[in-house]
Amino acid sequence: MQDAELNQTFYEGQTIHHPKSWLTKYVFSQDHKTVAIQYFSLSLLTGVVGVILSMVMRLQLGFPGLFDISPDTYYQSITMHGMIMVIYLLTAILLGGFGNFLIPLMLGARDMAFPFVNMMSVHFYALSVILLFASYLVPGGPTGAGWTLYPPQVLLPGTPGYDWGIVMMILSVAVFIIAFTMGGLNYVTTVLQSRARGMTLMRMPLVIWCIFLATVIGLLAFPALLVAGIMLLLDRLIGSSFFMPDIFQFGQHVTNVFGTEYEGGSPLLFQHLFWFFGHPEVYIVALPMFGIVSELISCHARKNIFGYKMMVWALIAITAVSFIVWAHHMFVAGMNPVLGFFFATTTLIIAIPTAIKVYNWVLTLWKADIHMTVPMYYAVGFIFTFIIGGLGGLFLGNVSVDVELSDTYFVVGHFHVVMGISPILALCGGVHHWFPLITGRTMNNFLGKIHFWGTFAGAYLIYIPMHYLGLGGVLRRYYDFKGLAYVSDSLHDMNVFITLASIVVGLIQFLFLFNIVWSYFKGKKVEKNPWKATTLEWQTTTMPPGHGNWPNKLPTVHRGPYDYSVPGASEDYIPQNVPLEAETEGGSSHE
Amino acid sequence: MAASIVFALFTIMVVFFNYYSIENQFWFPELASNWGDMDTATLMTLIISGIVFVVLSLFICYCLIRFRHRENSKAEYQIGNNKVEGWLIALTTIGVIALLAPGLMVYSQLINEPEDSLRIEAIGEQWTWSFRLPGADNTFGKTNPKHFGIKNSFGLDPDDKYAQDDILIQSSTLHLPVNQPIALSLRSKDVLHDFYVPQFRVKMDLVPGQLTNLWFEPTVEGEYEILCAEYCGLQHTYMRGLVVVESEEKYKQWLSEQIIFANTSLNLPPDADKQEIVSGEMLSIRLGCTACHSIDGSNGIGPSWKGVAGEERTLSNGEKVIADHYYLEESIVSPNSKVLQDYPPIMPSYGLSHEELDQIVEYIETLNETNE
Repeated sequence: MQDAELNQTFYEGQTIHHPKSWLTKYVFSQDHKTVAIQYFSLSLLTGVVGVILSMVMRLQLGFPGLFDISPDTYYQSITMHGMIMVIYLLTAILLGGFGNFLIPLMLGARDMAFPFVNMMSVHFYALSVILLFASYLVPGGPTGAGWTLYPPQVLLPGTPGYDWGIVMMILSVAVFIIAFTMGGLNYVTTVLQSRARGMTLMRMPLVIWCIFLATVIGLLAFPALLVAGIMLLLDRLIGSSFFMPDIFQFGQHVTNVFGTEYEGGSPLLFQHLFWFFGHPEVYIVALPMFGIVSELISCHARKNIFGYKMMVWALIAITAVSFIVWAHHMFVAGMNPVLGFFFATTTLIIAIPTAIKVYNWVLTLWKADIHMTVPMYYAVGFIFTFIIGGLGGLFLGNVSVDVELSDTYFVVGHFHVVMGISPILALCGGVHHWFPLITGRTMNNFLGKIHFWGTFAGAYLIYIPMHYLGLGGVLRRYYDFKGLAYVSDSLHDMNVFITLASIVVGLIQFLFLFNIVWSYFKGKKVEKNPWKATTLEWQTTTMPPGHGNWPNKLPTVHRGPYDYSVPGASEDYIPQNVPLEAETEGGSSHE
Repeated sequence: MAASIVFALFTIMVVFFNYYSIENQFWFPELASNWGDMDTATLMTLIISGIVFVVLSLFICYCLIRFRHRENSKAEYQIGNNKVEGWLIALTTIGVIALLAPGLMVYSQLINEPEDSLRIEAIGEQWTWSFRLPGADNTFGKTNPKHFGIKNSFGLDPDDKYAQDDILIQSSTLHLPVNQPIALSLRSKDVLHDFYVPQFRVKMDLVPGQLTNLWFEPTVEGEYEILCAEYCGLQHTYMRGLVVVESEEKYKQWLSEQIIFANTSLNLPPDADKQEIVSGEMLSIRLGCTACHSIDGSNGIGPSWKGVAGEERTLSNGEKVIADHYYLEESIVSPNSKVLQDYPPIMPSYGLSHEELDQIVEYIETLNETNE
C-alpha cells in the first residue's frame, strides 16, 4: 500500500481517484455517498412540489370554488402529485438515496460496482425531473389523465394535456427508467459481488436484503411500464392503435395524427401492462421501508431482530408473489371475470408473509430494551400505520369487497396510508438514524418529535376518515360533491376537516426539511457510532466515512447483523466485524 | 411512556370513529338491491381486521411501556422462535381463508347472472348515459363503432333485422321493474367509464372496443343516481344518470312510450321529406352538449345556453362580443377561437353539417324566448 500521487490511493490493488475540483466533487462525483446525497436532495425537492400539488387538490375539495381551481388544474395536480410521489420521490429516495448510501457501507465495500454508471444514473434522474416539470411549459400543460395514464382518454380531448403533456410525461418516465436501470444494475451487482469477507448473504443487514430485492423487482417491472409508455407514444405520434379502439367522441370518429381512424386497440392491454409494473412498484417502495424499519427497531430496541431468517424468506416470498397479484387493481376494469378468483387468492396469500414481518417487528419489541429515540418513534409509528394499511389491503384484495370499494375514497385512504404516511415515517426515521453518519452531527430531537407527531396524527386524522367515506360510496377523482343525493350531509364538513388537517400535515413536512438544513450546520456534533449500532457502516475509522469508505484494509465480517445484548459481552452490542472469540464467550452468529 | 399512551389513544380513537361514521352516514348507503351479501363480506372484514388492529396496536403500546429502557435494563438475547412463528403463520392463514372464502362465494354469484334476467344495455359517452333494450324479439341488434353517427347514436347496424325493434332510450334516465334481476351489458363510445349506483353496490367499467357485464336485482322502489366511477375527463364528476325503480305496471307503461330503432330518422326511406326530423334539442342531447351547457341557466363547465343568444359577452381576451347567430355557429365549429371569460378553452370542435348547425343554434335561440 502506498500513496503514489496526492489524489490517488492504492488499496489492495484497487486505485481510487480522489476528486479534485468542486465540480468533480459535487456534480460529477462517482462516490456513492455523494450520489446518494444528490438523490436525496433532488427527490426531496421534487417531493415538495408533490406536497404543494396535494394542497391544491385538497383546497378544491374542502372549499369548492373558493380558490378558483379549474378542473384542468385539479386533474393535472392529481396526475402530477401521483407520479411525483410514487416514482420521482419514493422510488428515487428509497433506492437511489438509501440504496446508494447504505449498500457499499453496510457490505464493507469501497464503492458501487460501477461508479461511473452510478453517476450517470443520478444525472439521468435529474434529466427526468426536468422533463417532468417541463410539461408545465408545453401547450396545454401536463397531462391530467391521472397517474395511471389510462388510454384512450389520455390521448383524447376532454382531458388536459392530451396532445403534448402526455408526450412529456412518457419521455420523462422513460428517462427515469433508464436512470433506475443504471442504478439498479449497480445495486444488484454490488450486493452480489462486492461484499466484504465473511459477509454471507444470510449475514446481510435486512435493509440491504430489502433494497436488493426491491431492485430486482424494479428491474423486472419497470420494463413493462417502459413498453406501455412507448406503445402509447406510438399511438400518439405515428398513428398505431395498440390501445386505441374505434372511438366516437363529441360527435366525431376520432382520428390519429394522419387523419385515419383508430381501430382495434385494447385499452385493457395498457392496464395490464401498467399494473404489471404498478403493483410491484408498491413493493419497490414497501421493501426498502421494511428494511429501514427493521434496522431501526433492532438497533434502538437493543435486540436481535426476531426471526431474521424468517424475515428474509418472507421478503423473498413477497418478491415472488408480487408479480402475480397485479390484476387486483382491475377487478372492475372489464377483464375476464374468472381471473378475479385467481388474483384475489394470490393477493390474500401475499398478506401472509407481510403479516409475518409485522409480527416479527412486534416480537422484537418483546423483552427488549427500548430506547425511545426519535428514529424509534418513526419506526414504531411506521408499524402502527403499516398495520392499518396492511389490513386495508385485505378489503381491496378480496374481490367482492373490492367491487363495492374500488374507485372510492377507501382506495385513496388505503394507498396513502401504505404509500404516503408509512414511507414518510420510514424514510424520516432512516434520515434521523443515519444523519450522523452523513454529517457527523445529529438532527434536532425536538423538531424531529414535532414532525413525527404531526405526520403520525395526520395518518389517523386524514386517512382513517377517508376509509369510511369510501364505505359510504364517495367516489375518488371527483372535482366536487355538489348535488349528490346519496352522500351524507356531513360530507362537506368532513372534507373541510380533512383539508385543514392535510394542510397542517403538509406544512409540518417543511419542518423536516428545515431540520435537515439546520442540523447540517448547527446540529450537535457526535462521536463515532452514536447509536452503538452493530452494522458495518458505523465501523469506519472516520465518521463521516471518507472517499473509499475504509482507508486501510476492508473489514472482515464474523457475525450476523444484529448482535445486540449478547449475554456475557461487555457492551450491549457487538459490531459485525468483531471476531467471535474476541468479545464473547457464547457464540452469537446467525450461521 | 407518555408516547405509548398517545399511541393507545389514537388506536381507541379509530374505534370510536367507527361509531361516529355510522352516525354521520359515512357508512353503507341504504341498500336497494340483492347484494346484501357484499355488505356482509365487507362488514366481516371490518370486524376481523378491526380486532387485529386493536390487539396488535395495544400489544405494541404494552411492549413500549413494559420494556422501555431503564437504568441497567438489558434486552433478552433472542434470535427467534420457530414454534411461535409457525403458530402465527397458521393463525394468519386461517384468518385469510375465513375472509377469502365468503368473498369468493359472493363473487361467483356476481359473475353468474340468473337466466331470467331482463337484458339491458347501458352506453356511456362523455359525459352522459343512454340505454337500449332488445325489443320484442328479445335479441339485441348488431352494433359496430363504424356506424356511430350523429343520427345513429347507438351505432346500430341498419341492415340487421334484429336491430329494427331495439328500444332506444336517448336519455340518462332508466326505468327498471322492482324485484326483477337485471343483466346490464355495458358499452362505451369514447373513453373508460364506470356504471355505479351506490345503493345497488355493484360497479363495472365501460371499455370502448369491448362489452362488459354486471347484474343486480333492485329490491326497493325509488330513484337512484347513476354515477360514473372511472375517471373519464374534465366533466367526470357530472356524468350522472338516474335509475327509477318502479312497479312492473308503471315500468311497462314507461317502456311503451319509448321509440324503436326502425322509427328513428336513420331508417326513413331516402326519398322521405328532408325536413328537420332530428330536432335541435334532440341533436344537442345526442351530441352530449348538455353535459357542459345547461339549459336552465345554471353554471357548468361551459356557459349555460339559457339567455346567451343575442347578449353581449366578454371574451377571455377582454373583448366584448354579441352572441349572435354567427358567433354561436362559429363557437361550435371552432370553439376555442373566441372563448368567454372565466371559461376554460376545452371544448372540442364539432364537424356538423350546415343544417345541423342551424338546428342547434336555433334551438339555443328558442331557450331565450322561454326566458321571457
